[in-house]
Amino acid sequence: MAPDKSKDTVVSTSSTNDARSTAFEYAPAPESRSIVDIKPSYGLFINGEFVDGGGKAFKTISPSTEEVLAEVAEADEADIDKAVKAARKAYDKVWSKMPGRERAKYLYRIARIIQERGRELAVLESIDNGKPIKESRDVDIPTVAAHFFYYAGWADKLEYSGFGNGNPQPLGVAGQVIPWNFPLLMLAWKIAPALACGNTVVLKPAETTPLTALLFAEICQQADLPPGVVNIVTGAGETGRALVGHPDVDKVAFTGSTDVGRAIARAVSGTDKKVTLELGGKAANIVFDDAPVDQAVEGIVNGIFFNQGHVCCAGSRLLVQESVAEDVLDRLKRRMSTLRLGDPLDKNTDVGAINSGEQLKRIRELSELGDAEGAERWEAACDLPTKGFWFPPTLFTGVTQAHRIAREEIFGPVLSVLTFRTPAEALEKANNTPYGLSAGVWTEKGSLILHMANHLRAGVVWANTFNKFDPTSPFGGYKESGYGREGGRHGLEAYLK
Amino acid sequence: MPTGQASGAAGTAADFSDITRSNESLRRFLHGLPGVDQVGAEARAASLGTRSIKTTAKEFAIDLAIRMVDLTTLEGQDTPGKVRALAAKAMRPDPADPTCPPTAAVCVYPDMVATAKEVLGDSGVNVAAVATAFPSGRAALDIKLADTQDAVEAGADEIDMVIDRGAFLAGRYKHVFDEIVAVREACGNAHLKVIFETGELQTYDNVRRASWLAMMAGGHFIKTSTGKVQPAATLPVTLVMLEAVRDFREQTGQMVGVKPAGGIRTSKDAIKYLVMVNEVAGADWLDPDWFRFGASTLLNDLLMQRTKMKTGRYSGPDYFTLD
Repeated sequence: MAPDKSKDTVVSTSSTNDARSTAFEYAPAPESRSIVDIKPSYGLFINGEFVDGGGKAFKTISPSTEEVLAEVAEADEADIDKAVKAARKAYDKVWSKMPGRERAKYLYRIARIIQERGRELAVLESIDNGKPIKESRDVDIPTVAAHFFYYAGWADKLEYSGFGNGNPQPLGVAGQVIPWNFPLLMLAWKIAPALACGNTVVLKPAETTPLTALLFAEICQQADLPPGVVNIVTGAGETGRALVGHPDVDKVAFTGSTDVGRAIARAVSGTDKKVTLELGGKAANIVFDDAPVDQAVEGIVNGIFFNQGHVCCAGSRLLVQESVAEDVLDRLKRRMSTLRLGDPLDKNTDVGAINSGEQLKRIRELSELGDAEGAERWEAACDLPTKGFWFPPTLFTGVTQAHRIAREEIFGPVLSVLTFRTPAEALEKANNTPYGLSAGVWTEKGSLILHMANHLRAGVVWANTFNKFDPTSPFGGYKESGYGREGGRHGLEAYLK
Repeated sequence: MPTGQASGAAGTAADFSDITRSNESLRRFLHGLPGVDQVGAEARAASLGTRSIKTTAKEFAIDLAIRMVDLTTLEGQDTPGKVRALAAKAMRPDPADPTCPPTAAVCVYPDMVATAKEVLGDSGVNVAAVATAFPSGRAALDIKLADTQDAVEAGADEIDMVIDRGAFLAGRYKHVFDEIVAVREACGNAHLKVIFETGELQTYDNVRRASWLAMMAGGHFIKTSTGKVQPAATLPVTLVMLEAVRDFREQTGQMVGVKPAGGIRTSKDAIKYLVMVNEVAGADWLDPDWFRFGASTLLNDLLMQRTKMKTGRYSGPDYFTLD
């Protein structure tokens, strides 16, 4: 029997098709800013103290409002020298001599303070970076704490790490330069393993997002970390160059763009500095016709719109099997229409602000290139705030390997959609990129997952999920996505000899 | 993807006869539905659960949730007195506040329908009856149909039937389908809710298949649980069912309602469900015609929260009636 026609006319308590329910409008639910105390100006954190910088101070703004948050010192070459000297002294006199189990106590203490001050860190991160509070609160900060806990556990067990022939030694002073997309998380990825292994660090946060690193400096003070073990120097490209080029730095760790990564590789060539680089990506997120389609759509959304697409391992190329492409795209567009873009501090915001005017310009330029090269643009209908830097969740269909939006990293909420017919074609297209940081595979067929994972040239392959991070899992790229691994046991290698 | 031919226009029946012709064709169709990834579905449900619903949105949600409650008593110890009290509560949940809306229905065993109907009259609050050898469904079809007819004759506006889980798990989909069709016929003008007992079906793939089976058989509502088996309603199970009704409308133009039942006790939980309805199925389902809560203790928590929103103060449980 087919469904009855009278269905809509039987007993009911209200009208049916013209649903009378007014829309369920979520009232604003802003997280309070009062928990953070942003100072009008910040110095450099060298040898356990905040000091003035020799360079020209710069302003950090909130990308969602363009409001100036604070003035931040710029470290010049002399400041870098001071910081490296402080790190060297702390390395020689204190940190490298301290037993691992004692170093671990400091790391555990830092991890606990991060948890205790988690809300403060999350709010500050969202203000300075523009990312939604639900991400800084539920992803960034908990993962930061987890990273410190994890590496704290390694500090007294390094002889079992498999590195350094059973007697691994620290390298010395690490110069670390990190990006603006996950400011505190990238700091944790760099500092936690370095300290666990007995190195001291000079870290430069990105110029648009220095505030959580400076709050982390306060946490180091609160934890009574010996002076000089962690030094935070703020500034832009010049400061980074000075740090990477300093002759007394033993180890350079960088996360950021492939261009800057190349420059760093050139700068350290011919020296005996050890280097790890975590660079760009143009990850393929591959959806087969037997994929769990609703979860795949979630994974696509999470892959490219998480953190406004400011993710080096973002699934920015959707490869969808042609036989289901239409259905997947319909579902994807419907889902994208429910994304809530706006105030990063509102707990119901899914998509926050683009981190800077400069980045917004780049996203716009590359998207216009997509239009010009004949791809079809679709964007979720949403009102963009008038102040600040915003870009709507966008996808391009009709994209081929020949389009620049299929090849260049956009680093924004822009998805390029390509189709394929067979697993072999999917692999060929996925691997046909100078990058190789991550990839995603969506299928209910276990053997296909294993086949794809074996043949995808990417550092991380996610199966039926995307953008999952864990301190126990190594992360890093193939080809122009960089070298070296961060996280897990593998992450220790970069800081041991 | 489903291959049933859509008729397009709302209100006209979709023709699934090719699919429902035989057990084989049904099986092919149901097993051809896209799979549900357990981890992903649970993560999505959890993430919707983090929405922060405050002030005006919360007021809206609480009143809507009250209007969606099927106030339920399904006990061996039910008496006419208990049912009359419950029916009175359904019509006037908060005697201290006449602006408080009534619930959608009262849900009882068939032998209590007449008693409930007597109290509710034409108040607009429906009487729902659980039939078909509730809760196990282990009886012959003619007994199930007699049970249904009995409830309908006593004045039930809605019938909550249980599917034969044993047949479903044994792959006898046609048997389950035919039973739903027969019960639907026996319902006459009463609305039919089809209970899956998802705690016994266990996998989300099964929940999705049961959803399509029930929708194709003409169920007006699909419902998670009897309340007699744990786990009863959960957010991820409801998510999968909401996806099913959404996809069914996309394909046929017909809307089917969803009713999670059992285990929803707090306003906070209820609001999580409404957020999910809103963002997964869509705002059209935010109506007692298309979404219900099968619950008993939930109502008093909704009333307490409602009073708190209106007065700014929490009042003690003694200010709300126990029925």
